[in-house]
Amino acid sequence: MSVATEQAPAEAAPGVRAARKRGPDHRPGLSRKLPYLLLAPAVLLELLIHIIPMLVGIWMSFVKLTKFFIANWSAAPWAGLNNYRIAVDVHNSVGEGLLKSFGVTVVFSAVTVVLAWCLGMAAAVALQPPFKGRSAVRTLFLVPYALPAYAGILTWNFMLQRDTGAVNHVLVDNLGILSDRPFWLLGGNALTSLITVALWRLWPFAFLTLMAGLQSIPQDIYEAASVDGAGTVRQWRNITLPSLRPVNLVLVLVLFLWTFSDFNTPYVLFGTAQPPAGDLITFHIYNASFLTWNFGSGAAMSVLLLIFLMIVTGAYLAVTGRRSRRA
Amino acid sequence: MRLRSLVAAAAVSALGISLAACGGSDSGDSSNGGSGGDQTLTYWASNQGTSLDNDKQVLTPVLQKFTQETGIKVNLEVIGWNDLQTRIQTATTSGQGPDVLNIGNTWAASLQATGAFLPFDDDAMKAIGGKDKFVPTALATGGKEGEPPTSVPLYGLAYGLYYNKAMFAAAGLQPPKTWEEMVTDAQKLTNPAKKQWGMALAAGSYTENVHFAFINAAQNGADWFDKDGKPTFTGDGNVQGVLRYLDLMQKDKVANPSNAQYDNGTKSVNDFANKKVAMVINQNNADSSIVANGMKAGEYGVVPFPAPAGAAAPVGSHVAGINLSIFKNTKHKDAALKFVKFMTDADTQTTLGKPFSSLPVLKDAKPVFTTDAAEAATFSDVYNNKSKPLPLVPAEDQFESTVGKAMNSMFAKIATGGTVTADEVKAALKTAQDQVAAGS
Amino acid sequence: MRETRGFKIYRGVVLTVLGLFVLLPLYVMATSSLKPLGDVQGAFTWWPSNLTLDPFVDMWKTVPLGRYFVNSTIVSVAATVASVAIAILAAFAVSRFRFRGRSVFTTTVLSTQMFPGVLFLLPLFLIFVNINNSLGVQLVGTRLGLIITYLTFSLPFSIWMLAGYFDSIPRELDEAALVDGCGPMGALTRVVLPAARPGVIAVAIYSFMTAWGEVLFASVMTTESNRTLSVGLRQYSTQTNIYWNQIMAAALVVSVPVVIGFLLAQRHFVAGVTAGAVK
Repeated sequence: MSVATEQAPAEAAPGVRAARKRGPDHRPGLSRKLPYLLLAPAVLLELLIHIIPMLVGIWMSFVKLTKFFIANWSAAPWAGLNNYRIAVDVHNSVGEGLLKSFGVTVVFSAVTVVLAWCLGMAAAVALQPPFKGRSAVRTLFLVPYALPAYAGILTWNFMLQRDTGAVNHVLVDNLGILSDRPFWLLGGNALTSLITVALWRLWPFAFLTLMAGLQSIPQDIYEAASVDGAGTVRQWRNITLPSLRPVNLVLVLVLFLWTFSDFNTPYVLFGTAQPPAGDLITFHIYNASFLTWNFGSGAAMSVLLLIFLMIVTGAYLAVTGRRSRRA
Repeated sequence: MRLRSLVAAAAVSALGISLAACGGSDSGDSSNGGSGGDQTLTYWASNQGTSLDNDKQVLTPVLQKFTQETGIKVNLEVIGWNDLQTRIQTATTSGQGPDVLNIGNTWAASLQATGAFLPFDDDAMKAIGGKDKFVPTALATGGKEGEPPTSVPLYGLAYGLYYNKAMFAAAGLQPPKTWEEMVTDAQKLTNPAKKQWGMALAAGSYTENVHFAFINAAQNGADWFDKDGKPTFTGDGNVQGVLRYLDLMQKDKVANPSNAQYDNGTKSVNDFANKKVAMVINQNNADSSIVANGMKAGEYGVVPFPAPAGAAAPVGSHVAGINLSIFKNTKHKDAALKFVKFMTDADTQTTLGKPFSSLPVLKDAKPVFTTDAAEAATFSDVYNNKSKPLPLVPAEDQFESTVGKAMNSMFAKIATGGTVTADEVKAALKTAQDQVAAGS
Repeated sequence: MRETRGFKIYRGVVLTVLGLFVLLPLYVMATSSLKPLGDVQGAFTWWPSNLTLDPFVDMWKTVPLGRYFVNSTIVSVAATVASVAIAILAAFAVSRFRFRGRSVFTTTVLSTQMFPGVLFLLPLFLIFVNINNSLGVQLVGTRLGLIITYLTFSLPFSIWMLAGYFDSIPRELDEAALVDGCGPMGALTRVVLPAARPGVIAVAIYSFMTAWGEVLFASVMTTESNRTLSVGLRQYSTQTNIYWNQIMAAALVVSVPVVIGFLLAQRHFVAGVTAGAVK
């Protein structure tokens, strides 16, 4: 995400430069302080809400914070790397559970991001040339994203019930594709359901972003291409896709971060009865902390997740950044 | 320039001020109340009635009576079961909680281990009316054996087997006295083609599932923890007990596989009230749900949840119910004790027994939750004579979540067409046992 | 782009499939909210056989939805206003000044987006409690606590998006303002902000949606007095019943203000996201 901000300072800071031009009555000290003054509220809040709690969280991951010590934190014994050791030891049930949950999350995140991008792209391209009713369709497509997460997911939960849900009604009673009513919220299908629900909520965001990107591609490039005899598909491959590269880079990263740490979807969709196939990692950690009262172990798992996300993001930015510089 | 920077600074600080001002207007009623003469207790009540609002309506006059008698005000918050455990955890963690609160009595030993709750030692016990007033098994759920309990019973509950009288009469059946009879009856009353099933199980609810794992194992004479508090999940009695319950769906096929998705007891009780199933095993507070869903009081009967013929122990329930705890760092200990005394006295128990469908936790009290004398007698019998407390060990909460969730998964496997053998039950329980061992 | 026959077929297929995908849950939500409880408990039907408006009446009684609505509105509006104001100041600093610590700030703030909420949920709660004990400012169980939490949640994305937007506004414009005798703050309010209106609106919508829809922290930080809709809606499943029709009715009512707001301002949202993303 820092793609956007990193280039800015190189172009200079006119505020500072201009201020200096203004002569002797001006006090440079104040203007040197001004950016810090402007940042102060943001920094304070970030410290209070994000940074300090995070540091406390990291500290928690090194102590044995079970229910015996939760009421009196200072008495909690130092655990060293013990919480981490248990979390990554795939031969015990805790580590094994974490690994499984990680695997589920990787599949969930990858499939959701890819599908969200595909659907978003398909819709954005379909809506590129103006036609009657275009803005109505665009409005409709954005509704799932605008809907509060819990409202949409609760509706899906209702629809995915085995006997009374709309999904089975369509598949079994109306279309007759399946003869037996499948379960959607337990067993192996749980992952499919999870992806479907997350996709329903997220693809409009991909659509919105890609549509915005498409608008910034000048029309005359397409016209020139069609004069040259390039068909729709070739225009898409040769013009649309390359022009959208910067948008895609950010979009994929944002979608990845959102899906990988998605908590709302499994939490609202499954409640306390989450099936192993729908055990996304943040939900897994939440249960590890709150259900078994082992907050130290939960914190260690969260730190591992954080490290993973940072490595992936860092690698992603490094690779894509190098490639765009070369291009 | 200077002026403008000052304006900017002012704007920045004004933001801070306006936020702070916001806080001033919001706080107040949720605080722990004043000190000195004018005492206010904060009380967290669990959801016992048909809705949080209903609970509030039932409790408010009772609390007003307490205020009249003692001059102590009570600030009531009713908390749904979805939130109660998390709220108690954060309160424990931070030391900022209510003065008095409801807990599911199965959590008692786990919560006791946190040290955040006031032990009812001899003095405290005397202040609330003496321990002899309680049903001994009910009081036993208050905490670990051999230590002063950190909770006392408030509402008593017990499992019973509810059956639809009309369906049983139509099939010429008598209510079952043994597990085997129950299964045979259920099979006769099952007709999937007509969408009718012998029983409904809350097979997707880990809390319900773990209760039945416990009860069925207890019928086999098996325990889940040894004397030292070590988990013994993989014993033969445990495995067979779990399998027997799973077999209601797997082998006996008397429950709709859809039940695997029933993530709370409400759904199975609704099926019973809507006459889709002939039997349901539930705690006695199902009464209000059944009636609320349109079944009349005379249309159903209740017998103890039966054990197999020749069972080691005729256990029909765990000692279920809601307990009252006092937060250790309350600033109003005496007032809190007075309140606990009031909530557990005979009058209040009688007043609340009916709307919350609870059994009295007092020795000589008569159940008032139903007008059906036979039902009242059945539940009293189960509660007083056929109940066994869930393991009174700190790891009880982990037992609930690990074994309960393992059973969820096994039911899910059965419902989606798989089979679960005794070996697989044992393996699943072994995993659960490892998790409990790793957590403590 | 030329519209070939093939493209028209493609468009028809895409719009139909995606339209159905989007509409199905919305349709289920709307029709189920008009069915009596008995009907939503039974098998699904496409058309309500017994139309009733009762769920829309009863939902206010089963759960104190009105109070939750007020709480959510106050929390979300206050968080949005504060978040936008703070993000504007920070984004202006990031976009227009070069100063020591600038890249540390942007990197750190953006990386907070990666923090798993579960990790700092409990510590944050603890810090709030300590603030209450030492400063007497009640943050747990009050709207204020939720406001400052939610406004911070939307800050990183807002700052990033606005900084990108501000970068796209030619600096010559501020320089002109500076030459006219305005200070940097004057340049911000007179030149940059008016030009960045779409970006500001986009950020405001984003902040509002974040606050209105947050579930995890609301489930721990709210008590009866400040409970928001995201937690409140769960209470329709009680000890005795799951009021699906009322859940659907409430979900519908709760969604309407956000959806309408979002759709009215979607144009700006698109513009704001593009400026942030394309830059």
